Amino acid sequence: MEERKELKVNAIENGTVIDHIPTQSVFQVIHMLNLNECENQILFGTNLDSKKYGKKGIIKVSNRFFAPRDVNKIALVAPTATLIEIRNYKVAKKKVVVIPNTVDEFVKCVNPNCITNHEDVVTHFRVIDKKDVKLQCLYCEKTTAKDNFTFK
Amino acid sequence: MKNRSLVSISDYTIEEQIKILELAAEFEKNPRQKILENHVVASLFFEPSTRTRLSFESAAAQLSAKIVGFSEASSSSVSKGETLKDTILTVSNYSDIIVMRHPREGSAKYADEVAPVPIINAGDGAHQHPTQTLLDMYSIMKTQGRLDDLNIAFVGDLKYGRTVHSLVMALCQFNTTFHLVSPTELKLPSYVKQHIKDKNLTYHQYTEMNEVIPLVDILYMTRIQKERFFDPIEYERVKDAYILRLPMLDNTRDNMKVLHPLPRVNEIDSDVDDSPQAYYFQQAKNGVFVRMALLASILGVV
Repeated sequence: MEERKELKVNAIENGTVIDHIPTQSVFQVIHMLNLNECENQILFGTNLDSKKYGKKGIIKVSNRFFAPRDVNKIALVAPTATLIEIRNYKVAKKKVVVIPNTVDEFVKCVNPNCITNHEDVVTHFRVIDKKDVKLQCLYCEKTTAKDNFTFK
Repeated sequence: MKNRSLVSISDYTIEEQIKILELAAEFEKNPRQKILENHVVASLFFEPSTRTRLSFESAAAQLSAKIVGFSEASSSSVSKGETLKDTILTVSNYSDIIVMRHPREGSAKYADEVAPVPIINAGDGAHQHPTQTLLDMYSIMKTQGRLDDLNIAFVGDLKYGRTVHSLVMALCQFNTTFHLVSPTELKLPSYVKQHIKDKNLTYHQYTEMNEVIPLVDILYMTRIQKERFFDPIEYERVKDAYILRLPMLDNTRDNMKVLHPLPRVNEIDSDVDDSPQAYYFQQAKNGVFVRMALLASILGVV
């Protein structure tokens, strides 16, 4: 691990670090992972300097390890994010997020006349294009593109 | 197909679609049968569609089913703010099958998820209207003796017409050659054309229909709505180009038939009605047989 004189966001003993989050997506990621309802210690920083990306955000969640299918959904807004599992202050595992095949619940369908925008229906999408990130609604079959993502 | 909902035409395999068409032919020969005497069909029309509703209700009535339901949302508890889910769950207690028309896209799939009884989608917004597709296929099969290897022209509004999109997709299973006639503003959407290409089939695009008429087995007419044009002058310019008149039918193939999902406004001259090519009223009648076949299959009495 690279040596740092001072960490802007304190190290955690055990848990997950989500690094290299685009700065504009930090709060979205918090929301998507339901961290606002999580009772563990959470540290986060944004607009931090990054050698690779200029600016970045970071989130550190103590004593929590995410299943890939729970965390991969953040790839929709933070495709550059890396997940680092920390055990006893050491990096135990490091991986990048992968765009999933299906997306449930947190994205809204772009079609204003879709039933999911009028009734209390959990949205379901098939990811039909991983490169440009396009989602097809399983109800109305309209395609929602990345630029039109709004989150429930 | 017992207890299988019909939300989208692709819910049924090609073999199952053919089976429905064959069964419809049986009902055409012998339409009055008391086979649904012990069944209740709910007909929930959250938006008015008199033609489709009467066709379903006639199909159910001819097979002696009891029918409950409403013909528009204002005469139901929807106007009191009831959710679709609650309406569907309640009506499921009163019926064996639900026929539903709803203005929102995807509503039929959602209803199918919550309902303990099967759902037949009678149109969900601009999304799907699978029974129209089946009755169109039935009309083609009946008039041509087959569905394979036909030349089929679609004329008019090919951009917004849900009927056209679903039928084109369904016909892609049968080696169809497509002739697409529309104003440039109302061309078939690229995703539908892509579907034709994916199946290695051919389509030709035209802005005038005269040259197409002698080439085809089926001429499928649709209505061009004024509201679809940003520029009213443009509408005035094109509207007459897509009206079918009797003299235009002089050089057709002997087997050629004119179809139209109805209601028609002025896109087919009334002179055409008495020509041997006119088939649109028979087409509407065919809808009843197809719906009989669906009700009987899904309720498991055939």
